[in-house]
Amino acid sequence: MNMFEITEKSFIADNICRMKVSAPRVAHAARPGQFVIVRADEYGERIPLTIADYDTAEGSVTIVTQTIGVSTRKICALNVGESLADLAGPLGRPSEFVNTPIEELRGRRYLFVAGGVGTAPVYPQVKWLHEHGIEADVIIGAKTKSLLIYTEEMRSVASNLYIATDDGSEGYKGMVTGLIKELVENRGIHYDECVAIGPMIMMKFVALTTKPYGLKTTVSLNALMVDGTGMCGACRVSVGGKTLFTCVDGPEFDGHLVDFDEAMRRQSMFRNQEREASEKSHECNCF
Amino acid sequence: MANRIPRVAVREQDPAVRATNFKEVCYGYDRDEAILEASRCLHCKNPRCVEACPVNIRIPDFIKALTEGNEAEAAAIIAEDSSLPSICGRVCPQETQCEGSCILGIKGEPVAIGKLERYVGDWSIANGDKEPRKTARNGHKVAVIGSGPSGLACASDLAKMGYEVKIFEALHEVGGVLTYGIPEFRLPKKAVVAAEIEAVKRLGVEIETDVIAGRTITIDSLMDEEGYDAVFIGSGAGLPRFMGIEGENFNGVFSANEFLTRANLMKAYDSHYDTPIFAGRRAVVVGGGNVAMDAVRTAKRLGAEAVIVYRRSETELPARAEEVHHAKEEGIEFRMLTNPTRILGDEQGRVRGISCVEMTLGEPDESGRRAPVVKPGSDFEIECDVVIMALGTSPNPLIASTTAGLETSRRGCIVADAEGATTREGVFAGGDAVTGAATVILAMGAGRRAAAAIDRYIKSKTNPEKLDI
Repeated sequence: MNMFEITEKSFIADNICRMKVSAPRVAHAARPGQFVIVRADEYGERIPLTIADYDTAEGSVTIVTQTIGVSTRKICALNVGESLADLAGPLGRPSEFVNTPIEELRGRRYLFVAGGVGTAPVYPQVKWLHEHGIEADVIIGAKTKSLLIYTEEMRSVASNLYIATDDGSEGYKGMVTGLIKELVENRGIHYDECVAIGPMIMMKFVALTTKPYGLKTTVSLNALMVDGTGMCGACRVSVGGKTLFTCVDGPEFDGHLVDFDEAMRRQSMFRNQEREASEKSHECNCF
Repeated sequence: MANRIPRVAVREQDPAVRATNFKEVCYGYDRDEAILEASRCLHCKNPRCVEACPVNIRIPDFIKALTEGNEAEAAAIIAEDSSLPSICGRVCPQETQCEGSCILGIKGEPVAIGKLERYVGDWSIANGDKEPRKTARNGHKVAVIGSGPSGLACASDLAKMGYEVKIFEALHEVGGVLTYGIPEFRLPKKAVVAAEIEAVKRLGVEIETDVIAGRTITIDSLMDEEGYDAVFIGSGAGLPRFMGIEGENFNGVFSANEFLTRANLMKAYDSHYDTPIFAGRRAVVVGGGNVAMDAVRTAKRLGAEAVIVYRRSETELPARAEEVHHAKEEGIEFRMLTNPTRILGDEQGRVRGISCVEMTLGEPDESGRRAPVVKPGSDFEIECDVVIMALGTSPNPLIASTTAGLETSRRGCIVADAEGATTREGVFAGGDAVTGAATVILAMGAGRRAAAAIDRYIKSKTNPEKLDI
């Protein structure tokens, strides 16, 4: 098999594509919480994608990509039998619990809050905890039912699965933050740690919601990156007043210390160029 | 007399034109020019240039071959000591090394050794033997981390000795700083870097890209699981420094590493490539080294007014004289004795300027250069929408932090002796990973010394009675 060959591919929502890619070295080394850098072809950008699953025996890594720009569309346009130009990793530090003694984790209860395409990387974390006998409830949030992903996979590993949709087309009607309040305040469930992965704005509000509870909240940042190994500093983020690199110091940080407004602003650094490139590539598709 | 001939001038792209493109600035010598320049060499009995070269190329000998019009012979002489002559001919600081010690330089101009080396290197790429030249294998495996200058030099020498050598490269392209750091207009990627690396591969060196040491693999996994007898760490100094001043996280502030990686590795200046880059309307580059010159000249080529801000005076600029000269020709503005104190942003968090103070030079500091001292009450602002920090880099901690027993200095550099041996048995290191950011040729020299040390180490392990001490 070719390096980085795509062995399975499916669209799990309208614009969200799941791919299994042959990458034995990455599969061997990957741990929950880490990410990879992917390049579709010779001309492509290096873009960071979280690892949605990995199979050491098979030597494969699963990535989930939402088509939001030229580069992500290129990745999603590749088919089974074709190969990505590059898939490098695993990058970043694994989730804190991976290196915590199991005895310490036992008896703890986790609350995962997953939003949009960020639901995919929550899965290997919950799966890992499930395999180690640790309780984890999961909230998956989406605008509407058709945009929900990973519900079945998550149901098989989560202690309790809750769904929140903005329009109420499935589960709780409203934002994930409303559901967190419902679980903690109304149902009185005690959690020892919350992990939120999703759009920056969701993570910001989850952190604001959990702060009054004193509930430790970990977030996984999807900052802009070039190399992903600590070389460029594009992914600088302020955490507790200190500048850190998302790629080597993260991607997971204490959500109560992250300067989300700065992080969101930095994410938009190239928005004008991205918009132009996106329009240009659409024109090209008209031929 | 030979030394009456003036140094042969080298042809260059017109400054006004080249400041708008990414094609190579310097055209190099043609055959007649090279042979004429070669004829200026006095062939000193005790050639100081050889001593001043970190890899001790037999400079008068290759120049002699060149005067006889024998490029193949000249190339063979250089190849004994260097695998990368086209690269070194372009990026070495010759004025402080070979050319800086040339006898002709005392009263006039030194022999243009760099340009001659470049001519011979380019001749080899165009006309040299393209057949694989694998040495019979000796049954031992060595892993090399990083495909930059030190790794390539180390791997070349080991392959010539018969070792099975594999280079692991973190990025998707090989070459390390030659590829991501030094711009196309100074060092063409395809015609020069890729071509010289192909020559290294013909020696039997294998290269695997997309492998990050400390993440994808570890030093231990290479030795314990993959059967490597020794490892050479040539991972460079990739971690960018920032000033730690207010406003450094505004949109429009980049490390020189990010800015140059976007341009060089990702080819963001070419519209066929997807990676974006932003040089703004007016870009201020902070720093005075080669990287600062590369960044400011790249910004200029991308259409920005480009300014260098440096806290000492022009005589202290650490960049190669040729780069400073080229930058000035291209219309780069130099603001010397100026130090930023704060980056200013607009209400949307985008850079709108940089606040600076004027400096004066005081007593020499530990580097031997006169220390810059703030002139009180000299605050002023420079308007700009991009700030690029070119303040130097330090080694990436990924390898050291995942390798037990590998000692590092306070600055994060791997501790190694003169031969490259680290505090871990069987693990050697060299280049910027050990010294902090330095030059291509010093890294190559370190790679070569480590290759010799690795050879002695493996022989001592496998054949102790034959060890020649």
